[in-house]
Amino acid sequence: MMLTLDHIAKRFGGVQAVSDVTFAVARGEIVALIGPNGAGKTTLFSLIAGFLAPDAGAIRFEDRDVTGLPPHRIAALGLVRTFQTAQPFERLTVAQNIAVGAHLHLASRGAALRRGAEIAERVGLGKWLHRPSRELTVAGRKRLELGRALATEPHLVLLDEVMAGLNPTEIDAIVPTIFAIRDSGITVLLTEHVMRAVMRLSDRVLVLNNGRLIAQGKPADVATDPAVIEAYLGRGVAPPAARELARG
Amino acid sequence: MKSAAAIIVLLLALIPLPWLVRSDFWLNFAVLTLYYGFLGQSWNILGGYGGQYSFGHAAFFGTGAYTSAVLQLQLGFNPWLAVGLASVAGGVVAAIVGGLSFRYGLRGSYFALITLAFAEVLRILADSLGFTGAGVGLQVPLHPAVVNFQFAGKSGFYFTMLVLTALGLAVVWYIEHSRFGARLMAVRDNEDAAQALGVNVYRVKLGAIVVSGILMALGGVFYLQYFLYIDPEIAYGPAVSIAALLAPIVGGLGTMCGPLLGAAALQLLNEVSESAIGAAPGLNLVLYGAVLVLIIAFLPEGIAGVARLRIGLPRGRAA
Amino acid sequence: MVEAAIIVPAILNGLTTGAVYALVALGLTLIYGVLHIINFAHGALLMVALYGVYFLYALAGIDPYLALPIMIPAMFALGYLLQRYVIGRAGHGKDENVMLVTLGLSIVIENLALYLWSSDTRTIETAYGFATVDLGVALIAVPKAVAFVGALAITAVLWALMRWTDLGKAIRALARERRGAQLVGIDVEHLYAVSFGIGIACLGAAACLLLPSYYASPHIGSAFVLIAFTIVVLGGMGSFIGALVGGLIIGVTESLGGLFLGESLGKIGVFLIFIAVLLFRPTGLFGQRV
Ligand SMILES: Nc1ncnc2c1ncn2[C@@H]1O[C@H](COP(=O)(O)OP(=O)(O)OP(=O)(O)O)[C@@H](O)[C@H]1O
Ligand SMILES: [Mg+2]
Repeated sequence: MMLTLDHIAKRFGGVQAVSDVTFAVARGEIVALIGPNGAGKTTLFSLIAGFLAPDAGAIRFEDRDVTGLPPHRIAALGLVRTFQTAQPFERLTVAQNIAVGAHLHLASRGAALRRGAEIAERVGLGKWLHRPSRELTVAGRKRLELGRALATEPHLVLLDEVMAGLNPTEIDAIVPTIFAIRDSGITVLLTEHVMRAVMRLSDRVLVLNNGRLIAQGKPADVATDPAVIEAYLGRGVAPPAARELARG
Repeated sequence: MKSAAAIIVLLLALIPLPWLVRSDFWLNFAVLTLYYGFLGQSWNILGGYGGQYSFGHAAFFGTGAYTSAVLQLQLGFNPWLAVGLASVAGGVVAAIVGGLSFRYGLRGSYFALITLAFAEVLRILADSLGFTGAGVGLQVPLHPAVVNFQFAGKSGFYFTMLVLTALGLAVVWYIEHSRFGARLMAVRDNEDAAQALGVNVYRVKLGAIVVSGILMALGGVFYLQYFLYIDPEIAYGPAVSIAALLAPIVGGLGTMCGPLLGAAALQLLNEVSESAIGAAPGLNLVLYGAVLVLIIAFLPEGIAGVARLRIGLPRGRAA
Repeated sequence: MVEAAIIVPAILNGLTTGAVYALVALGLTLIYGVLHIINFAHGALLMVALYGVYFLYALAGIDPYLALPIMIPAMFALGYLLQRYVIGRAGHGKDENVMLVTLGLSIVIENLALYLWSSDTRTIETAYGFATVDLGVALIAVPKAVAFVGALAITAVLWALMRWTDLGKAIRALARERRGAQLVGIDVEHLYAVSFGIGIACLGAAACLLLPSYYASPHIGSAFVLIAFTIVVLGGMGSFIGALVGGLIIGVTESLGGLFLGESLGKIGVFLIFIAVLLFRPTGLFGQRV
């Protein structure tokens, strides 16, 4: 197994953000983690990537216990996350941003910058190579997040809403990029509110609600699961997503 | 590589200065400009490239100066031999300060405060302990001779400072062209993102503070040899810490030549104001403080930032 | 063994100094709590206040304690103007910049004082300067006793102001959430400047209480600024009660440190506490609230 979560729990003061979550991701899969706002998706990513320590449970990555390891150690093992709100290195150029990721395995500055240029091309930022990253649009920043993560040569990437804030054209453009990532041998776990993309992209869907895993399975099956529809409608927080979901 | 060539040419061009400038006054001006520029280079590594603003760089400066003085005066060391140990001492103090602060995740104002406190603790120790001369300070006897790291004229000190400046530039060049530097700037801009990409934030910051501390200690060693006297206030007082941060902020934070530009601008301002209003205690610092506020208000990228806008230089292109 | 006869007066002395420290720290903690900035010019502004009290006495013959109604509004105005027209504007809302702007201000103020008034130490002589009160266990100088009571009284007034007046409630709301305050139509910039002004007004009061047993000199601020930071960090950034308790603890620590380690080395205890708190308990003794 690529990634295994075993009874993971996390509480913030009075909020049980994640409770008793158990699932596994196999090598080569694209798995979508969905759920209404505040369901605990980002928290779960932070737990997996080592930014938070779980209150209970264990996380295994490629048959290694990574629970409680610091983020940079986990990244070095080949598990890299992106951030829901893009976090560029604002004073660095696009190439330099991506090179930071490439440096994980490349000591040479020249080699890392060349890698940065290559990957910028791959995620569609070729034209922006020498622009400061703070000049990027939201869509550009999302691509940068993706590019930097890929530059570390991960085995598993956690993509936190790489499509949020993008327009439909931009979303259609990023879908093939994600398929290409999987085809290059990288396993993908992503969170997404854009159901159309989830349905097209994912092999499997996990549904989180109030920190609990309430359903999992093929996209089409999950979409018709009454518990899932109830979770979305009951919250009344994401009706468009729920409508899409119900339509399948 | 072009930037490296330009800098080497500039340094070579500065070599004949003592033969061109005959007045001791202007040579002293050049020595002090390079000296303050060098302190700024030290601070810039941690503050400009690493984003960790220290208000207590005197801790490393004073440790360099005192180590050299104590080795010379109490243990009979040759000053040249003392240089190595003094810079190691500066690096060790930096490792302790950085190790503790970064291990416990202190950032921003908290980091500024703790560096200030460390410098203050060292000042009190230097003020109280016998072997540092306590409040009286330590005086190195005047014996001008190259073996004694003392020179009869200003030019010897000028060349020493030129070598140190070259060293500072080499370190910054390395930072702009290495994995370590790339990681340092990444940490400055966004610690979380850096960690997510496999950067050991603690180690990178620690590396930066140690390098910065070693250079700052060398600045202290130079001060001692040039003025032959230190006391707790000079070595560990706030004036040095402020001098170190002023030059890079005025010149341009996180740029290669910013600290030198800033130091030159401040020294000029100092001279101009003294000839206009006359020397008076405190007056130059009033101006420096005002310049600091004005630069932050109107030129947050310093003089180098303005130069870039005017001449259209690329910003911080590494490689 | 050191006699109780020496320790008790040292503790009492420490408490009196500590109460004034607390007042200074209270201004700092209020500013931090509301504006989230660390005011490095705090010591320099205290120095200005001390000169103010000195000149009121030396030139106009106004007793330091009677100068309170002049110094408090004067320092409030100075603080208000500084925040409104210098710090608030120059800082561009970035923490590091604000920090550097207040540092720059402190450099300007201190050295302007040095330029204008030279480095001479200035003291005043009052009729009660050397009088003492007998507390049974020890004698204590009248100015110190007044400072102690005065500092506690002013702290209480300030606490009541923050607690029960509309202004205090607005400031506390602003401290909790800037966005929310803006939404309910509060003039945020004005209120920030008012908060800063109140913080600096504390220094005006502290200066009036201090000068009869102390002195004015251009660099006097730096002695206080680190101590005030220590208190604020020890008590918990933004905590009122923390500043008070922290001030008293630091006053006593310093006094006992001086007793056991000597005048010079004695000060080290305060800074070691500072470093230890920053490292091991950066939230301080009383967490974070205003
Ligand atoms: N650092 C934190 N401290 C306190 N509470 C937190 C923290 N981070 C998240 N929470 C709370 O935990 C819950 C889960 O939040 P999380 O961000 O994981 O949700 P999410 O599923 O990613 O939502 P969204 O779809 O809006 O991104 C929420 O109630 C949130 O308020
Ligand atoms: Mg989220």
